Amino acid sequence: MKNGRKLFVTVGTTKFEKLVNRITDVSILNLLVKLGFDFVQIQTGIELLQISIDADLKHTIYKKNDSTTVKFKDGLNLTLKYNRFFEEFDEEIKKADLVISHAGAGSCLDVLKHNKPLLVVINEDLMDNHQSELAEQLQKNGHLYYCTVDNLEDGLTRDFTALKTYPTADKNLFARYLDKCCGFLN
Amino acid sequence: MDQLQFEVILLLLLAVVARLAYMIHKITTGSNLYAPKRSAPCKTAICIGSGGHTTEMLKLIENISFQHYNPRYYFISSSDKTSLRKVTDFESDKSFAINKDYFICYIPRSRAVNQSYISSVFTTLISVFYSFPHFLKIRPDMLLCNGPGTCIPLCIISFVLKCCFICNTRIIFIESFCRTKSFSLTGKILIYIADNFLVQWPYLKIKLKRSEYIGQLL
Repeated sequence: MKNGRKLFVTVGTTKFEKLVNRITDVSILNLLVKLGFDFVQIQTGIELLQISIDADLKHTIYKKNDSTTVKFKDGLNLTLKYNRFFEEFDEEIKKADLVISHAGAGSCLDVLKHNKPLLVVINEDLMDNHQSELAEQLQKNGHLYYCTVDNLEDGLTRDFTALKTYPTADKNLFARYLDKCCGFLN
Repeated sequence: MDQLQFEVILLLLLAVVARLAYMIHKITTGSNLYAPKRSAPCKTAICIGSGGHTTEMLKLIENISFQHYNPRYYFISSSDKTSLRKVTDFESDKSFAINKDYFICYIPRSRAVNQSYISSVFTTLISVFYSFPHFLKIRPDMLLCNGPGTCIPLCIISFVLKCCFICNTRIIFIESFCRTKSFSLTGKILIYIADNFLVQWPYLKIKLKRSEYIGQLL
């Protein structure tokens, strides 16, 4: 596995603190290093009051403008950066080697369009609003993997090289359909 | 004289009921898919919901002809500032001074996520009450919606007006990209009144024969 990889975690405009906090679990941090990641960019959606990091892990926290950076010491070669939102969301996707996202259609499509490996984490607290339907379908079609907050480790160790590129849609398809329905194209 | 008035009203009511039955039959059998050829611009009403629905709708209509579909009336929940900004950005990006003929119509939200069905019937009625004058004034040729709660009252109004011979609004419904296996509540209602019912996943086409699947839209 190549080193120096970058991970982008995004929750869009939703509240999904469970996912944000899960990233800083000791087991997840160690797994990320093992998988070759040295930088994790986290888009939190909400203002984080506190970053929960195990007291045994030596680290320093820097705050600068609207972002917070955490650097670890003692052999854990990993930097975490927290931002609430990004104006240039696409740029963050382009920089990443892997994206972890909430199940929103907009975020998923944005990542798939840039042909980046995607792991969707289902927010089980929103189970009744059909969040998982799309993720299940896109996993079935081989475009992404999905998991829950609890089995994030399993999700991260999936074989992302096996994912297929999401096809580009014909941007005029709907326009032509509309013209046909409304009588502009007979 | 009273007898005559009564009979006229009864006759009109009968005509409306007959038209209602005829419309539902025509729509549910899928025999009203395409309008006759037209060259005059199509007055378009677009239902803007919240969050994901808004982004999806704007992506869908990104390449439609603004000469054909004008003016455009965007119906937005009064509290939804984010969607309002997305719509105005979209229009100013696309219009490049050809057509700046779009309008924003504010309506109260008919159903919040997780609101109970019974209370949403009530809020929907309030929404119908507020949107009715807008709609009567505009009388759009076409209504586009893709699933947010705000579109149910608008579709009901336009369908009722159509049954009363007041306007002839074509309702085009696009089921959300997120729906791969089941229909949304809006979809389940619009099965009976949307002239065109477009789905984005083939499985839904199997579930509802009269729906249309034309390929990957997004």
